[in-house]
Amino acid sequence: MFEGVPLNWFLILSTTMFFIGVYGFLVRKNLITMLMSIELILNSVCINFVAFNKILYPGHLEGMFFTMFIIAVAAAEASVAIAIIINIYRRLANIDVEEMNEMKY
Amino acid sequence: MFFVFSVVIVVFSILTVTSRRILRAATFLLFVLVSTAGLYFLLRFNFLAAIQLTLYAGGIVVLIIFSILLTSHISEKLPAPGWRKALPAAFVALFGLVFTSSVILMNNFQGVTSTVERTDITRIGESLLYTGKFGYALPFEVISILLLAAMIGAIVLAKKRKD
Repeated sequence: MFEGVPLNWFLILSTTMFFIGVYGFLVRKNLITMLMSIELILNSVCINFVAFNKILYPGHLEGMFFTMFIIAVAAAEASVAIAIIINIYRRLANIDVEEMNEMKY
Repeated sequence: MFFVFSVVIVVFSILTVTSRRILRAATFLLFVLVSTAGLYFLLRFNFLAAIQLTLYAGGIVVLIIFSILLTSHISEKLPAPGWRKALPAAFVALFGLVFTSSVILMNNFQGVTSTVERTDITRIGESLLYTGKFGYALPFEVISILLLAAMIGAIVLAKKRKD
């Protein structure tokens, strides 16, 4: 159970996850894997909000609502990003960021 | 239990960003998201854990897997990142991790356990549609418009053009 687990450990867990996501975002070249790194980053922020809400302010629900809105924004972002990726694939036949040097319509 | 979930999250996050097969990376991402939902269950945010399971693990990962199947071959392996690229990125990530962790460990947060906890679904629904203090009616409406806009935008972007 989480009783006895201090807030710091949640924060360090989410920090680790955040910077793993940053590393993936910097290293990967494929657009979909970069999108997955962004999902990791958003998820780590959600863990932060929930841990703060539960451990420091157990009577409130603010962190939970922020997490819900983050998840909704992440869903919207993922759907639009995948639409863009499919459109790019249709035009250029690959989804490598280094191949993409024409933004002209 | 917390340690099990955190070890699973960290290990599968690293596998997500380093795996060279893209479909496996998506599967590892699914494991990360499911164990995050387990963390929410541990903190007794049951509704939030259900949202995480259905929306993230059920929706976004399936979307990502579909787009992987549409845009790349299964057997294809991604090229390994060169040292010239991986080394600065790893340095940036490690520096940020050490810096932020040291700042976190300098603070001593005192947990509160005495207050009564009410995270039942009735309270969530009421404050989601309440317009007064601690009410979230306006963000709720804004997020619904955002979702509608994202839906229309995705349809328009991914539609086949006639020309």
